[in-house]
Amino acid sequence: MSARVLVGVKRVIDYAVKIRVKPDRTGVVTDGVKHSMNPFCEIAVEEAVKLKEKKLVKEVVAVSCGPQQVQETIRTALAMGADRGIHVEVSGKDYETLGPLQVSKIFAALAKKEQADLIILGKQAIDDDCNQTGQMTAALLDWPQGTFASEVTLEADKLKVVREIDGGLETIKINLPAVVTADLRLNTPRYATLPNIMKAKKKKITNVKPADLGVDVSSRLEVLKVEKLKEAGRI
Amino acid sequence: MERFADEADVVIVGGGPAGLSAAIRLKQLASQHEKELRVCVVEKASQIGAHTLSGACLEPTALSELIPDWKERGAPLNTPVTEDKFSILTEKYRIPVPILPGLPMNNHGNYLVRLGHFVRWLGEQAEELGVELYPGYAASEVLFHEDGSVKGIATNDVGIAKDGSPKDVFERGMELHAKVTLFGEGCHGHLAKQLYKQFNLRGNCEPQTYAIGLKELWVIDEKKWCPGRTEHSVGWPLNRNTYGGSFLYHLNEGEPLVALGFVVGLDYTNPYLSPFREFQRWKHHPSIMSTLEGGNRIAYGARALNEGGFQSIPKLTFPGGMLIGCSPGFMNVPKIKGTHTAMKSGMLAAESAFSKITDENLQSETAGLYIPEYEEAFKKSWIWKELYSVRNIRPSFHNYFGLYGGMVYTGIFYWILRGKEPWTLKHNGLDADQLKPAKDCTPIEYPKPDGKISFDLLSSVALSGTNHEHDQPPHLTLKDDSTQSFSCVYEYVPLETGDGMRLQINAQNCVHCKTCDIKDPSQNINWVVPEGSGGPAYNGM
Repeated sequence: MSARVLVGVKRVIDYAVKIRVKPDRTGVVTDGVKHSMNPFCEIAVEEAVKLKEKKLVKEVVAVSCGPQQVQETIRTALAMGADRGIHVEVSGKDYETLGPLQVSKIFAALAKKEQADLIILGKQAIDDDCNQTGQMTAALLDWPQGTFASEVTLEADKLKVVREIDGGLETIKINLPAVVTADLRLNTPRYATLPNIMKAKKKKITNVKPADLGVDVSSRLEVLKVEKLKEAGRI
Repeated sequence: MERFADEADVVIVGGGPAGLSAAIRLKQLASQHEKELRVCVVEKASQIGAHTLSGACLEPTALSELIPDWKERGAPLNTPVTEDKFSILTEKYRIPVPILPGLPMNNHGNYLVRLGHFVRWLGEQAEELGVELYPGYAASEVLFHEDGSVKGIATNDVGIAKDGSPKDVFERGMELHAKVTLFGEGCHGHLAKQLYKQFNLRGNCEPQTYAIGLKELWVIDEKKWCPGRTEHSVGWPLNRNTYGGSFLYHLNEGEPLVALGFVVGLDYTNPYLSPFREFQRWKHHPSIMSTLEGGNRIAYGARALNEGGFQSIPKLTFPGGMLIGCSPGFMNVPKIKGTHTAMKSGMLAAESAFSKITDENLQSETAGLYIPEYEEAFKKSWIWKELYSVRNIRPSFHNYFGLYGGMVYTGIFYWILRGKEPWTLKHNGLDADQLKPAKDCTPIEYPKPDGKISFDLLSSVALSGTNHEHDQPPHLTLKDDSTQSFSCVYEYVPLETGDGMRLQINAQNCVHCKTCDIKDPSQNINWVVPEGSGGPAYNGM
């Protein structure tokens, strides 16, 4: 199978960190705060690497959008088994306002450029909880989507996806190329071990700018304020 | 299952001030002499600086030796000390004590820093020079050659369930071999503990004595903020026979931030004493509360620190390895500074090792390098002189008048004689042996935390961002689990069925302070390193 999989990995504030709102209330404090790969993205990477180990896909490409620091996140994906990485450079104000609409445009452009057959993303990021990027990407590409996947199987040239829904589980069959978004029970991600981190340093990460992909990352949204919720039950 | 192994010239355990200074110095020497050197640093925290905790008031001497242009390179030394205050607290009052020039607690020329950020900056300097940094990987085992010399380290196996069985994601750790391994694990390192026994490094020195330091970061009311103000106190709430005191530093980092904390000597005798609750109680003193009122606590953490000083310095070098930083312990206790000496020790280790590592005639596949030059250089350095001059101050507290006796001794012998008195006072023995039986001591009535100035332990631990992969064997191991006493992570819970209590270890909450391993009277607790990248996620502590 000559399939190529694109996997999106997002660098987010680590889930165990206590978030603090910036004094000017424009966002949360990120400087020096522990960041890690979005847990659902870890699951997406694991699924892609498993497909490669089963020899159902040929190449796994990890993609992240953001400033220089996202390269660490891409390296973790490479250490887990991705073959190469693409760093889409977005920094400063553009990075603060980067959201699902722009990211999905970037992924759609990359999918065409890299001739991807499958895109696997986490179902949502734990910082914005949008749960939109996978769906928007599929729409832009006019590809079928299997979201909230808890099981993915390749059957001939179709993808069987078991989806986690409110009432239980829904099984669908979709044509390739397709977009899949990973839910919690899809798999248990492997550790990025030290020897693999060392080997990952030799794997290639290409840099690309959104403009090179014909994508405008300016935002149509303006954040008015970010506030901490008052804690219930305290005087 | 075989472990993957890799070779480096030098492996450094611990990415703190000592380890990173050693790495930087090695690379500087390599570039000066046009040699290639592979230097790898393994650090258990998920990112460099995430397990760093200190006051801190930094003396820039070692930094200026290591990186003379630190200012141009953007080192985060943003707060020069502008005001230096020392006082003795009573329950309601504050008695100021003048800090005469020459006293160890005089901070002129020093900087208030967020040490975690400084360490992060050191890490960036190291990476620029080509040092390989591996945060998130804990060295859990020392490897030995057949001849008994140190061969390197191994990281821990990951993916082991709570009951010890391998999970699906089980992976063996890896081995990193080196010509010489530098151990810079900080105060009471767990690998250092093994090395002391293995090579009998503590045969000729007193046992190390410790204190626990608890710290919080607060954003205070701007009107109360005086950047550069450095305050220290002794006295209340501790009695005169319990060593300890407080610090309160006004940082100049953009917002009205203060770093404050409390240190309690771990040779305290009353088992009812809780260092954490003393800290919380101290904040209610009128002179402290006035600074904190209207403010907001944003971070908490704790770490053990060394107090043994000169008398407790072990042998520093052994075949295949060297000890650097707070691990052997070079803290100047009356100054409460150990970063500058830790950095200098790393630099000395690097300089002593360099010529031997690059000497082709000394290369061996079967034996680690033995570098006694480090110990010699150390004895000739300013660290040795400095620690010698203050050696008697901490032990001088072991008298009937406790704190006051100590202060009188310091005034006479240190301020006037600069530590030149010909005798060397001894410490009192192991901290673990100091606790008196509970029946001989009076319980202490601690006030309940008010949720505004003082807080409970669990919400404090939550603020440290501490987390560990929950399905792993507990890293606080007991040699014999039939008896236990301790504070932060241990509790006796009633058995689900029947009578009696069972010991519950909430290793999840561990902030890696190491106090349990130090203070346990039965010395039953053995702290081992959990899976890498677990533990606190301090940001600029």
